[in-house]
Amino acid sequence: MELDPLLLSRIQFAFVISFHAIFPVFTIGLAAYIAVLEGLLFRTGNPEWERLSKFWTKVFAVVFGMGVVSGIVMAFQFGTNWSNFAYASANFLGPVLSYEVVTAFFLEATFLGVLLFGRDKVPKGVHLFSAIMVAVGTLISSFWILSANSWMQTPAGVELQNGMFQMTSWGEAIFNSSFPYRFSHMVVASFLTGAFVVAGVSAWYLLKGREVDLNKRALSMCMWLILFIAPLQAVIGDLHGLNTLEEQPTKLAAMEGHWESKAGAPLILFAIPDSADETNHLEIGIPYLASIILKHDVDGVVPGLKDVPADERPPVGPTFWSFRVMVGIGLLMIGVGLWGAWLRFRGRLYDQPLFKRVLVAMIPAPFIAVLAGWFVTEIGRAPWLVYGLMTQAEGLTPSLTGGMALFTLIGFIVVYSVVFAAGLYYLVRIVRTGMEEVEAHDEHPEHHRAKRPFSAADVPLEGDSGAPATAR
Amino acid sequence: MELIDLTLIWAAIIGFGVIMYILMDGFDLGVGILFPFAPSETSRDMMMNSVAPVWDGNETWLILGGAGLLGAFPLVYTVFLPALYIGVFLMLAGLIFRGIAFEFRFKANQSRYLWNWSFFGGSLVASFAQGAVVGTYIQGFETEGFVYVGGALDWLTPFTVVTGIGLVAGYALLGATWTIMKTEGQTQEWAYRLAPRLLAAVMAIFVIISIWTPLVDEFVAQRWFGQLHVLWVLPAGAVLLAWIQYRAVQKREEITPFVTTMGIFICAYLGLLVSKLPYIVPPDHTLWDAASDPGSQLFLLIGVLFVTPVILAYTAWTYWVFRGKVTPDSGYH
Repeated sequence: MELDPLLLSRIQFAFVISFHAIFPVFTIGLAAYIAVLEGLLFRTGNPEWERLSKFWTKVFAVVFGMGVVSGIVMAFQFGTNWSNFAYASANFLGPVLSYEVVTAFFLEATFLGVLLFGRDKVPKGVHLFSAIMVAVGTLISSFWILSANSWMQTPAGVELQNGMFQMTSWGEAIFNSSFPYRFSHMVVASFLTGAFVVAGVSAWYLLKGREVDLNKRALSMCMWLILFIAPLQAVIGDLHGLNTLEEQPTKLAAMEGHWESKAGAPLILFAIPDSADETNHLEIGIPYLASIILKHDVDGVVPGLKDVPADERPPVGPTFWSFRVMVGIGLLMIGVGLWGAWLRFRGRLYDQPLFKRVLVAMIPAPFIAVLAGWFVTEIGRAPWLVYGLMTQAEGLTPSLTGGMALFTLIGFIVVYSVVFAAGLYYLVRIVRTGMEEVEAHDEHPEHHRAKRPFSAADVPLEGDSGAPATAR
Repeated sequence: MELIDLTLIWAAIIGFGVIMYILMDGFDLGVGILFPFAPSETSRDMMMNSVAPVWDGNETWLILGGAGLLGAFPLVYTVFLPALYIGVFLMLAGLIFRGIAFEFRFKANQSRYLWNWSFFGGSLVASFAQGAVVGTYIQGFETEGFVYVGGALDWLTPFTVVTGIGLVAGYALLGATWTIMKTEGQTQEWAYRLAPRLLAAVMAIFVIISIWTPLVDEFVAQRWFGQLHVLWVLPAGAVLLAWIQYRAVQKREEITPFVTTMGIFICAYLGLLVSKLPYIVPPDHTLWDAASDPGSQLFLLIGVLFVTPVILAYTAWTYWVFRGKVTPDSGYH
């Protein structure tokens, strides 16, 4: 079989970006949570908030470190595998990605060190300010990245001259039409991720009966947040969908599984899309509902995949199913939020074991939903790299061979597996060690300590859980 | 906008960024290269402690350089990276492994030797790959229009292997002289013994490359022997600095060896630049061919002018905070 550099490059990019995406999506939410905890500490002076903040700052440090390491690769991947695209879009993407580095660096380099190691060295207000700045830094970072990605989906403010995009308007390019939806969808997804992880870990501690008061507080905060922002996310997602209907109708048709463009379209719940026969098998749908949702009209016309030639359609199956996974988890999240509210109303939020077990089981859910969402938007863009202007095949590095692409694909999988295994293993150890032991370590402040993300987490990599890190 | 040539400003900025990266990440990569040869596990602890607070700030220059190149000189970015595809992958893999080793080594007990090897191997591979990039730049790239059309392993020639080994030796010398400056006792003694040998190796390779380069590149030959006789100042400066360093090591001076090593690097770097400029994607494309739109260069310049002083100040402050000798029990779990 001939190795296809295009397919392998797409798989490689999908792998690298998916792997990388799970770290920022977590750190954005967690940074905001830590800033809130620091704010509460500052206002009330209650040391309980400090203990919670210290614990989650350690988790943050590890996740942030892994995100940085996996992110280095991203800056080079445009050039190695997509050099034609990188060259064509350099006038826009170059400055935008550079601004991401310089603005994020500016805030993170300055304030992360203070947040991690400066608690006893700077005034309380400065420490709170640092926590807020780190949170703002993660948001600014996602602002630029989402702007770049949205521009690839709904390009604006440029014109194509001699194979290179020339800027006509920075404002239109940065704030392109899908950017507001994508950015808010992603930020809320990050907050949901942070909330579900903190809720799940807190619930696990409560099941084990550890640090009960502290974890009740954390769980309560998270359940309030989930109750309000999980439905909000559905609203934003719906608005985003309407934008996609307008700007990328073929992607929307693939998400909905519609082949024919028609009035009174059904909302398809289950189907096995078949690209070869241009039809769905085993289709189960609710009549008229798609037209009502998308057009707010029973007879509204919803676009179909057959509106465009077969070679301009994205892979339907992955788009269709990823979309259903994302929406399904979203609905589940709303359900958990309502369940929590019901239990709270009955005064039983903290003492129903089943609810707590469900929360623990939900820890991976937001990550899966985020990845599924990225799959929808990225696979659904195919065959376009810059929607309507440049295809993936046109953007590929001309000198790239299938063998080279396969070599690096396997290489990245191996490297990232090691990083991920070590990081995840270590995170689980931090959680198992828990706040009690973490506290004990902090009573022996070290002098002259290095300012490094992981060194904020004083948990040994091996040996008995909770054993002090004295093996030096 | 014709009053100022933004392309030249950007060439200066990128040129500055590259030498900053080479000097700063150079010494911490060098420490990694020397890691397995250190006299004891305590020495390794001290060496790692000496670079732990600063290495990721050093590597930020690499990311800044990558993104800045895409913004200001997209052609460099989109020719170099495909041409060096395999090398870039090896460099990234190396940097990831050594980055992870920093984080986990101090938390590991039984598996510590694995992280030692990961730190050494990652540093070695990344350094060699960077040296090969330098050689490839001298060799030139096969392009058609604005696209690289050569093969995956065109960069791998005897010449680039020598430049790769040369940079490994150079970084090792930076690492050894850094270790002299930052440690004392047994570790410092070891670094004192090592430095002259590494210096000899570096100068030998320096001579080999200097003879070889005009042979592989007519343009360089012409510039060296035809147009610019003043160029000889740079290799002469490198030799002088090497001599000063040799004496300084004999006299057990602590700071001079590191400073002179940086000086040798700067001489070699400037020599390389004046030999090749204005060709940035040799043999066909100049700085101006490779530049992005002036509007984009200007837009990015505003941000960089604002942030670079902050980064430099912050970097200087970090080095100030962690100044002085590293002792076995200071640092960094």
